[in-house]
Amino acid sequence: MSRIRYTRRLPAAALVAGLAIAVSACGGGSTGTTAAAPAASASSAQLDPNMDLSKQSITISVWPGYTPEDLPKKVKDTLKTDLKVSLHDTNEIIMGKLTAGADTDLDVAFVSGQYAQALNEAGLLEPIHPELIPNLANLYPEAKELSYDKGNVFSVPYTWGTTGICYRTDLMKTPPTSWNDILSPPAEAKKKVTMMTTERWLALPAAKALGKSVNTKSDEDLAAIKAKLLEAKPNVFYDDVTFGDRLKTGETVMAEAWDGWCPTTEKNIKFVVPKEGSDLWVDTMVVLKSSKNKEAAHAFINFILDPEIHSWAAENILYKVPNKAAMDALPAKLKEDNAPLQMTPSQLLAGESIIDLGEDSTKFTRLATEVKAAK
Amino acid sequence: MTRSTVSGATAKSRSRRSRVLGRLAFLGPGLTYLIVLLLIPLALVLSYAFFRRGRFGGVIYELTGENFTRLFDPLYLDVLLGSLKLATAATLIALLFGYPTAYLIARLPAKWKTIALIAIVLPFWTNFLIRIYAWIVLLSGPGLVNTLLGKLGLGPFEFLYNDGAIVTGLIYSYLPLMVLPLYAAIEKLDPQLHEASANLGAKPARTFVSVTLPLTLPGVITGCMFVFVPSFGNFVIPELLGGGRSIMVGNLIRDQFLTARDWPFGATLAMALIAVLIVLLLLQSWSARRA
Repeated sequence: MSRIRYTRRLPAAALVAGLAIAVSACGGGSTGTTAAAPAASASSAQLDPNMDLSKQSITISVWPGYTPEDLPKKVKDTLKTDLKVSLHDTNEIIMGKLTAGADTDLDVAFVSGQYAQALNEAGLLEPIHPELIPNLANLYPEAKELSYDKGNVFSVPYTWGTTGICYRTDLMKTPPTSWNDILSPPAEAKKKVTMMTTERWLALPAAKALGKSVNTKSDEDLAAIKAKLLEAKPNVFYDDVTFGDRLKTGETVMAEAWDGWCPTTEKNIKFVVPKEGSDLWVDTMVVLKSSKNKEAAHAFINFILDPEIHSWAAENILYKVPNKAAMDALPAKLKEDNAPLQMTPSQLLAGESIIDLGEDSTKFTRLATEVKAAK
Repeated sequence: MTRSTVSGATAKSRSRRSRVLGRLAFLGPGLTYLIVLLLIPLALVLSYAFFRRGRFGGVIYELTGENFTRLFDPLYLDVLLGSLKLATAATLIALLFGYPTAYLIARLPAKWKTIALIAIVLPFWTNFLIRIYAWIVLLSGPGLVNTLLGKLGLGPFEFLYNDGAIVTGLIYSYLPLMVLPLYAAIEKLDPQLHEASANLGAKPARTFVSVTLPLTLPGVITGCMFVFVPSFGNFVIPELLGGGRSIMVGNLIRDQFLTARDWPFGATLAMALIAVLIVLLLLQSWSARRA
């Protein structure tokens, strides 16, 4: 997932986030929890394909460093419209703002798939108007088969990837192949393993090792996952942010990692998707129902899907983009040096999308607290 | 009533009013600051504690007491007790190190006193996070300490990612806050009291227990509060030095706001934390008044 988003584990980011929450709480608006509003699947008002975009402006909210720095200039040059970029560190922060009705000027938000799903269910998203985004044709066919939003009804994917094991080839006798290698590490790896601490990814290795869905809501499954995680606890510690650096210094030998975060450019570090399978994460762009510049918002998404613009993410933050033309245009050397970039869309789609669980998401919060609080 | 007394009374009330206004003018900025940035946000947070979490996060404005019942869930009580234990351990050990340090500084010649005090405050000039990360560099498996010990044929030891590491981090971070009030208290002690105690036949240990300690007790209590309060609510150190393997109440609150999107329960936990601290502060002011 987004390199930047998970700076959430950096306390500084958390402090800033806390402050942001305090601020948005002060501005406190409506509840934002009324799920009664119709979801984006019901088509809303017609948009004008011939709208003069110079009369509209666009405000987006995105993770820091996730789009080119000169994006406003590029957008102005191409679309003749002003672009304002506001930043959010985590999905939860932008969700908080949107559900509290605190950010009504926003036209486009970048959020992960399960959050796009939740925003849609909360009735906050404008359906995507494909006729205004001809560049949708650049997407891989697989990018229209995402389980949280088949056919890109309310979201357009920006980057995608998976979670696996990042490890030191020189410090591990046998290369890991299974989530069990993380959960009950071999002697040379004991206490030199990091797992992720964010609740859904904390549960992922155990869920997959037990053959359960990452989206399970069953109490029985969750009890089994918890038992497995508690068994693993004496030999691991938890880190969402610096696991790559820890591997580089040799403090750890193995880490549960997002593909883009595994420093595979290092000679002795490799990334593997365990045989039990993993997830498919997608970061998406959504248009807000409250947007007053919906034509410009669609034009912006179309602009991003331009292969030249879209390949920026793959080249600069080393995330795969679901854009065939953009991926084909990548330099061969870049793909060679960063093995995870070679994963194909069908390999990615074999992973299970993490979806929003609504009320039941609190079960995972509790699970994570129980595991971390256990002595 | 004569004309003059009437005008005298008016003048008096006018001058009283202008005195009150004058005071308000001075108090104004501070009071506004406190009301706008402390009382109102606190009241907002408190009000959230009585509502429910929405399905997608956010707050549903329906009154409920369930957040307060949830506080007594053994899971959260355990976290609260665990935080109390770690913060108490850090406070007591900081006192153990801080008292002799403060005593020594108070007895130094004036020139050295200043240098020693600057040395105590010096770490605060570097960002807190950097200092905590420095501990990781020092204590990690392949870190500096283990490398040196390895050269002596010892170790490697596991210094990090346990409760000991958390307590070490807390002591390191807040020790200056223990030393400074202790120094202020010890500095004020009249040396003649020691002489008097010795003249009456008391050995140094007896003098310390019967004279020095009781007279510096307000400093001890203030120092303990200064260390305990930030330790109790800390969430950075458990995360970094504890490797996320134990959580304190600060982590719990942070997680409710930032990952669980459960602001009402986060607010309830924050209020519980504040309640515990208020009780402790009341105890402190009570003991300070008695001293």
